[in-house]
Parts: sequence; structure tokens; C-alpha cells
Amino acid sequence: MSRSPHLRGPRSEFAPRPKYREESEHRILGNCGLMGVCDESGTRMSGELALRSMASMHDRGNGLGGGFAGYGIYPELPHLFCFHLMYNDETARDDTEYYLKKHFRVVMDEPIPTKSIRGIENEPILWRYFLDIAEERLQETQLTAEDYVVHAVMDVNTHVDGAFVASSGKNMGAFKGVGFPEEIGEFFRVDEYMGWTWTGHGRFPTNTPGWWGGAHPFTLLDYSIVHNGEISSYGINRRYLEMFGYQCSLQTDTEVVTYLFDLMLRRHGLPVEVACKALASPFWKDIDLMPEEQGKLYTALRMVYGPALLNGPFAVVLGMEDGMVALNDRIKLRPLVAARDGDIVYVASEESAIREICPHPEKSWMPLAGEPVIARVSEKGRRKAISRSGASAGQRRAAQRSSDSTVPAVS
Amino acid sequence: MAYTTFIPSEFRVHIDKDACIQCGRCVQQCGWNVYTWDEAEKRPIPDHNKCVACHRCVTYCPGGAITIRKNDLAFKPSDNLAPETIKAIWKQAETGGVQLTGMGNDRPYLRIFDHLLLDACQVTNPSIDPLREPMEMRTFLGRKPDSIAVAAMVAKNEGAGGYRLVTEFDRQLQLETPIMFGGMSYGSVSLNVHRALAMAAARLGTFMNTGEGGLHADLEPYQDNIIVQCASGRFGVDSSYLQAGAAVEIKIGQGAKPGIGGHLPGEKIDYEVSITRMIPQGTDALSPAPHHDIYSIEDLRQLIYALKEATGYKPISVKIACVHNVAAIASGVVRAGADIIYLDGFRGGTGASPTIIRDHVGIPLEIAIATVDQRLRDEGIRNRASIVAAGSIRGSADVAKAIALGADACAIGTAALVAMGCHVCQKCHTGCCSWGITTQRAELTRRLDPEWAASQLVNLVTAWTHEIAEVLGALGVNAIESLRGSRERLRGLGLDKTTLDILGVKPAGL
Repeated sequence: MSRSPHLRGPRSEFAPRPKYREESEHRILGNCGLMGVCDESGTRMSGELALRSMASMHDRGNGLGGGFAGYGIYPELPHLFCFHLMYNDETARDDTEYYLKKHFRVVMDEPIPTKSIRGIENEPILWRYFLDIAEERLQETQLTAEDYVVHAVMDVNTHVDGAFVASSGKNMGAFKGVGFPEEIGEFFRVDEYMGWTWTGHGRFPTNTPGWWGGAHPFTLLDYSIVHNGEISSYGINRRYLEMFGYQCSLQTDTEVVTYLFDLMLRRHGLPVEVACKALASPFWKDIDLMPEEQGKLYTALRMVYGPALLNGPFAVVLGMEDGMVALNDRIKLRPLVAARDGDIVYVASEESAIREICPHPEKSWMPLAGEPVIARVSEKGRRKAISRSGASAGQRRAAQRSSDSTVPAVS
Repeated sequence: MAYTTFIPSEFRVHIDKDACIQCGRCVQQCGWNVYTWDEAEKRPIPDHNKCVACHRCVTYCPGGAITIRKNDLAFKPSDNLAPETIKAIWKQAETGGVQLTGMGNDRPYLRIFDHLLLDACQVTNPSIDPLREPMEMRTFLGRKPDSIAVAAMVAKNEGAGGYRLVTEFDRQLQLETPIMFGGMSYGSVSLNVHRALAMAAARLGTFMNTGEGGLHADLEPYQDNIIVQCASGRFGVDSSYLQAGAAVEIKIGQGAKPGIGGHLPGEKIDYEVSITRMIPQGTDALSPAPHHDIYSIEDLRQLIYALKEATGYKPISVKIACVHNVAAIASGVVRAGADIIYLDGFRGGTGASPTIIRDHVGIPLEIAIATVDQRLRDEGIRNRASIVAAGSIRGSADVAKAIALGADACAIGTAALVAMGCHVCQKCHTGCCSWGITTQRAELTRRLDPEWAASQLVNLVTAWTHEIAEVLGALGVNAIESLRGSRERLRGLGLDKTTLDILGVKPAGL
């Protein structure tokens, strides 16, 4: 596999491998139901909300994929990267753990708690790791901690046979698999986690992948995407991302949405409002009528980020460290409803899914094509939520210290 | 045409005596002097040897009396030594000269465009109706930054959530359709052709290209839609010429004759051409094969920046012929500072070229687009330059496929001439063009009404643009940038695996 010259991160020891055991050979097209809820005050809510909301949209999926992402769910270790891993077998786990121990300090690792559910079968081995990066490794590779993690995720996903990183952010996690979303949620005991942002997804793929990694959300670092629709511009979006070192190997168009947000928000430092206007840009006929400064910005966005334009029908919900963004395509070819009640912002494919968990919101509306719905959790709110979570700062420090001394750093 | 002992005429001119009204218009219309008027019999007598099948007489014969047929003189059948091959040997045996020809490569090489098929939406994603929804064709050519920087505005009500642009951009060419006109010099084509191209470019919101023959004073009103060319002969180049154009193009090579210079015979250099080219009247205009100040890539860089300095940093395009190592050359050209790289494929047209070069040198445009686009991406410099693809773009399907392979825009030359009446007789180098296109003879050039020709060009490009909109709608996208480089939407049919790999296109069925 040719490597981009931009990638100078951790290197895998393993040869490029074939696709995941059960993965489809082909790109999977699909249509789905999705939801998101975010409390801007930072107050944490049970994952049960997301589970119940998704259950009401049961018929939008066909039982071939469901998943959730929660933010603020690991307040005990909020500063560590948490990797959720899926393994085909013990060999994949051994290989991955060798890789992780070589490139990270593994502060803590444990199986992801699950519950036996009728209808959920053939689950992979599910494990999570709380990781820290030694300062020397960053100096050696000349990378930021985030870039370092991105390279590691790409390495594992493209090089370790039978292993898949389901999520890799701080104080967040993705829980996904093959099944209806309410089954998957129960299986992962999502209702036992508390988070300030939750997104959920039920899937209706048009062929039968039966692959756990292929369910939504798709994540990278803190960014998670649930997506309903198809990206007709996938071909060029993918080639554009390859120029920046992203390797799209998952046979799904949703992957590019996650990477595009990572590129524009984290690496290019664009505000999320601006990034959304590149991904679902206004038409030239409207740009031509805008005031000068605004027209200049939008023209520049289209000139530079034209290959990033997401064309085709979609509704996506982006979860991120400090909030949630819901976005429709530029001519709104997929459903998306939003509502607000106090500090809580709701979005979903159907209004009923919002009313299920908030019967009487202060207001509800249909976001316009290409107009993002943005919910932000202030840093103060997030800090307060972490300190309120029961784990004291002292406990967290102790947990980190004890792990530091027990896990030898492997160079 | 010189007579050659062994060679029979290529065509036979037949005049239906019953239909002929004896008006003599064929005698007047033919630029090749095929017809002589027989005063005694009051009828035209054709000299078959001179006929090139340009159909000028056929089109203008009021009686519809003239038919041109291929002279089907039988040769002993041979797949290897075909009649054309035998005739070429006779011709050269008699003259000892290099065979010359005009227009593009006409030999039956594989046409890759005809082996590529486009995708369309069904069920899982909706197609878009271009008659009801906007379809965006606007294209910017020029260097773009990797990313942009924004700053919060004081007044929050403007910009995307109250942001404004901080990044400074290099100058760009803005096209309202991804189709422009390729370089054809005044001298090789008539001034009326240049006028028509310039008028059409202005009306379409696109660009014409002067070619290497300078810019006639009559075209100054259209200079915002003109790219001026600076070729190895430097004809017509001075500082006001450089500043007149919207961009400057350095012509290194031409698809029809890579590695070859140009030769415009003195007969075509009349007063107006000589003034425009800044050379004496009646002298041959010789373009050297290389630029004599460019012997490597670092010299090109100096010329690019000299032209940028001279023009206040207008976009600089570098035109190269598609040759074997085109990807590496293009990468070097972009790194040397070019804002636009113009790829001219081996089927590209010419006013005059040695036949051996036209027919046997270079590589297909499709391969060149694919390898150049991929190479620039691999090196992370694709956004530093735009790719213009040219060299026998025959229709909107070719444009759509070239863009899907990775081109930013296409340029047309021969198709534009055909729109003005050219019948592709491949005799541009003779200066006898009966259609008034590739000639400077006043009695012929006045046949082309620039106003009419401009409207033909506007119609053609508008029609193609509509057709590309239909393709975008079927693909379920509504902006040309979502097709650009999206090779996922192409499939190959009947192409070998190596070619498919080079094109980055899957075979139909996968």
C-alpha cells in the first residue's frame, strides 16, 4: 500500500491485509434514521434517552446496523484517548495490543461491558483502552498528539488483520454493531452511561454487510458522524482526503464526512459554521448577491474546498468535544428536524423521535438546506460536569499515576 | 497541389449536367482552383487532382449538382501496404520531402474516451432535474492555497456566522462553463476567426487563446476574455501584449507536434499579420523547436516569474504536449510556478505539422490527465495548479469524462473551427481554405462573417454546457466540482487492466 508522504506517524509492523473477515467487497449504499441530543449547559443525560428516541424510528432501519456515540461518558479519565476496539479473534487483539503498547502508554484497558440480548449474535471481541502518549514520541515524530492518534487509527484500521478502531476520542465513545439500534444500545448497556451529547443511528443498508465496524457512528478523535443518505461526490471527496494522508478503506461514504470535518475543523482550524458552508455550500446565484465580504469568503471556500463539497442527499449529525452539529445537503434531500427545550437541543430524522423524549419542546423547526444546527457545550459546563461526576480530581490523578508505574513504556 | 506521376486523384468530382444551371459559382467558391470555366461549352470543368473534399462547392451549388466521391481506384488488397502507404512512398520518392499535413491525428488508435462510461443514480440516491434545479458550472483556474484562514467580524450579521476571509488569493480565471477555446494563432487562422472566438468567449464568460501570433488591435475590447500566448518565436510579444491578456500562456509544446517548432509560410504573412506578429511582410515566421531561453526547468521558472512580474501577477499557464513522461514534467512545471497546466493530447490539431510527428509522437490525452492529476495529488500539490485538457475534445461527453478523470476545464480548437464551417479536409497548411478559416487571402477570409461565426460558437458551447448539466443531474450532483476528479463515477469497457490502473478507473461490473 502506498503511503502518503505526509504521514510520519507510528508505523505498523504488519503487512497490508485483506479486508475484514465479514466485510462486504463493495461500497455499501444505505438510508437510515438518526438522532442527536445535546445539553448546552453540560448537564449529563442517560444514554437511555438516545436509545428510546431511536427505538421510535425502528422502521427506518432494517436491523443491519445500529449505534450510539456519547460525550462526557468517561469523566474519571477525561484527558486520555479512549480507543474502542473490535476484534475478529484473539490474534487480532494480540497484534493490536502489541502495536498500542509500542506506541502509547496504556493507562487502563478492559472489556467493554455488554449484556446478552436475543437477536445480537456474532459479536466481535470488544475492548477499550485508555491511552496516553509519551512526550518523547511526539518529539520524535514531530506530530501533535491528535495527528499521532490519527496515524495510529489509520495504521490499525488498514494494517492489522481483523482489528477495527470504533472510536478514539477523549471522554467519548462509540457503541455500534449489527442489529436494531435499540438492541445494540441494550447490548452495550448504553443506558448506564451519562453524557452531555448523544447521537444515535439505525441503518438500512441496501445490501447485507453484517459487519460491526460498518455501523454508524464513524469516528476519528472526538469527531463522530451519524449519517443518513448517500454522498454522490464520494469519489472526489475521497481523492481529496488522500492528498492529506487520510486512507479511506471502509467501503462506506460516511467515512469521508468524518475525515472532512477532522481536516477542516482540527487541521485547518476553520470554525464549524464556516466548515459547514464548504461541505454544503450555497449556490453561486446566491453568493453573487451577498454583501462583498461575505461573497468573498464563500467564493474562496468554494474555490479551495470544492473537492470537499458533499454533493448528494444527506443529513448528518456531527458529535464533537464541545457540542453537536446537524447539517443537511444543499438542496435538502433527506429529512432533518430540530427542536430546543431550555438548554437542550434535539435533532432527528423524524419529529416523533424528538417528541418521544421531549413531548413539548419550546420550539421545533425544519432546518433549511445547508443551514447547520449548532449546539455548543461551554468549557465551563463540561468542567463542572466532570467534577460533579463523582470521581474527584485526586482519584483521577491517582488512577493515572498508578497506571503510569505499572505499564512500562515501550519504545 | 503538385502533380505526382503515379498518384491518382484522391477524389472524383461529379457534376450532374441536368442539374447544373451553369452559374459558375463553383468556380468562384473553390479555393483550390479545381474548376475552370469552359467558355465554349458554358460549363465548369473539374480537375479531380486538386479536389480536397472540403465541400465548399457542394454546399454553395444552387442546383445541388455536385457530388464528391472517393476515387475508388482498386489497388491489390493489402492490410499492410494500404493504398495510402503506397501513395506516400510515391510522393516522397518523387519529391524527396517531408510530408506535411493539417488538423489532428486521424489514424485509428484506441480512443479511450469511447471506452469510458459515466454513472447515474438509481433508487438509493435521487437524480436531479437540471431543468428545475440549478446546475453549477463555474470554474476557477489558477493557484489555490491548501486551506483558508478566517477571522471573526466585528459586525456579526455578515459572513458565515460572522467570519471574513483573511487569506490572500492569487489571481484566478473565472469561467462560467468548463469549456474554453484553445490557442490558434492569427496567421494560421484568419482575423475573422479570431474576432469570432473573442466575441464568443466574452458572451460565454470563458476565454479564447491568441496562439503564438500576437493580438490584433481589433481584439482589444475583448481582452478580459483573452489568454495571450508567449511561444518560442515570441511573435507579437511586448509588454502591452502581455498586459492586455487576462492570463499569459507559455507554449512549450503542442499535441500535434511535440518537440517541433512552427513554420508559417511567407505567403500567409500579409500586412496585418506582419504588424501583429511584429515581423516583416512576406517573410516566413519560424518558431524554434525549443524556447532558446528555456533549456531546463529552472529556466522555465525564470520565464514564469518574469511574466508574472511583467503582468502584475496574472495567472501563468504552461502548455505542454502529452509525451511519455508527462506526469513528471507536469509536476516540475507546477513546482516552477505555473498556475495552470495545459495538457495537449496526441490527437490535438495543428495548422501544419510533419505527418510523421503528428501521427506517431505523444500519448493519449486521457492517460495524461489521469497520470498528471494523480501525480500532483501524490505530491500534495494538486491545488497549486489547474489542469486544462485539450487535444480532440469532440463533444460534451469528452468534456465530462476528461473532468471526471481530473481536468479542471477543457479547451477546444478543431471543434470550434468545425462550428464555423470547417469540413476537416486537413489542408490548413496550404492557406487555400475555401471556408475562409485557415487562410489570409482576402477573397476567402471575407467569407466568414465573425458575427455569424460567434453565434455558432456560442450555440455550440451552450449546447455542450446543457448536456454536461444533464450528466451532472443524472449523477445526482449539482456542481461541476463534484464530478471533477471523481473517477468513481467512470467505468471502463474493453480496456486492458494496465490501462484501467493507469486511469484509476474500475472496469464495468465492479
